[in-house]
Amino acid sequence: MVASRGNNSNPARIPALGLRVLALIIISIVLMYLDHRQKHLDGIRQGIGAAVYPVQLMVDAPVRLWEWLRESTTSRNQLELEVGRLRAERLLTNARLQRLTALEAENARLRTLLEARTAVRDEVRVAEIMAVDANPYEHNLIIDIGSRDGVYDGQAIVDADGVVGQVIRTGIMTAQAVLISDADHALPVEVNRNGLRTIAVGTGEIDRLDLPFLPNNADIRAGDLLVTSGLGGAFPAGYPVAVVNSVTRIPQEPFADVTATPAAALDQVREVMLIWSAPPVSEEPDE
Amino acid sequence: MSRDRGSRRLPVIITFIVGLMLTVMPLTDSVEPFRPDWLALVVIFWAMHLPRTWSVGSAWIIGIVLDVSYGTLLGQHALALCVIAFATVRFHLLMRVFPLSQLSATIFALLALYQFILFWVNGVAGVSAPAITYWAPVITGTLIWPFLFMFLSGVRYGSRSGS
Repeated sequence: MVASRGNNSNPARIPALGLRVLALIIISIVLMYLDHRQKHLDGIRQGIGAAVYPVQLMVDAPVRLWEWLRESTTSRNQLELEVGRLRAERLLTNARLQRLTALEAENARLRTLLEARTAVRDEVRVAEIMAVDANPYEHNLIIDIGSRDGVYDGQAIVDADGVVGQVIRTGIMTAQAVLISDADHALPVEVNRNGLRTIAVGTGEIDRLDLPFLPNNADIRAGDLLVTSGLGGAFPAGYPVAVVNSVTRIPQEPFADVTATPAAALDQVREVMLIWSAPPVSEEPDE
Repeated sequence: MSRDRGSRRLPVIITFIVGLMLTVMPLTDSVEPFRPDWLALVVIFWAMHLPRTWSVGSAWIIGIVLDVSYGTLLGQHALALCVIAFATVRFHLLMRVFPLSQLSATIFALLALYQFILFWVNGVAGVSAPAITYWAPVITGTLIWPFLFMFLSGVRYGSRSGS
């Protein structure tokens, strides 16, 4: 007790405080500069990220436990209902899938006729979202697989209904993804009905996207489905993104005011799918 | 001596880990903007009471960890935390004798400085400007300070009598 009091009460004995803080400030600024300009620091980030992982797991654990408890205590009756529902759904999906297989075959045939390379199917993998909040000023989420499982920066993430977002930072065991509703996110889309290409920009509101670059005379109306156009390179083409819910044309303004609702339930998803898009068509040497 | 210090370090490290857990714990969207800066408050407390062991260096390391878990620019929170730790250590004798009202005002100022540094770095780096709720943690942090103060004092004296 005495020792600790003697330890703390003399401020003059804290060695070179000003110097140390100055050095740390300079290091911080250099780090920020390097981090902002280029990606040299990803290794450091991943290393520290692995150290933070146990904390994230600990935060995530109670939520997982609660869900597990809820699942294991659902009544038999409810489970039977659910099984019935899922059976019916599977039947429907299967029926649709049959048509898809036929269409795919036909597509492949037509493509060979056109001498284009057959589009390879995308590979997907299911990831779970960890119940961990990251940056409060961004719309993002953390998923439980990382570079160890082949996740890479810029990878597209979808759920059953549409595009969710893309990976922005990969750790070893986790990855951070930005949602399409983030105010800094934009993705190239096209209108499914007529192929009109534009860009969907996040608004910072979870249930709204903006399409700010459509002229007043653009052929777009409420109810149009927007799908990824694949032009940005990050997202494979053809995944549903959003449904247009209002088009306001103001005669004086050069651009129409178009808003859309994301197709994916961005704030409710618990499981997402990561897409490994087919490698870009390249001329492979023939043997 | 070193063993004594080591045993007194562990409870402090645990408070930092708990602070980090509270920082990344999911909250509903309506409460989310009001989450206090737990780690900033914990850093202020320890820098105020044990400034020789916990000052700018440890604050900086905690800031880097925070940067990684937030995914912000590496060094942003580190800079902010180390500046407020510096201010706290500089005035820790004064802060220890402040009555609660004055101490709360000081905490308010420190938290505002912390948020301002983050805000300023965001501005320089071109990260989109957040809404007015950006400043809410300053207020909730000040309100929660007395309770955190009591709790951490308990940790401090409990651990000391234990060792």
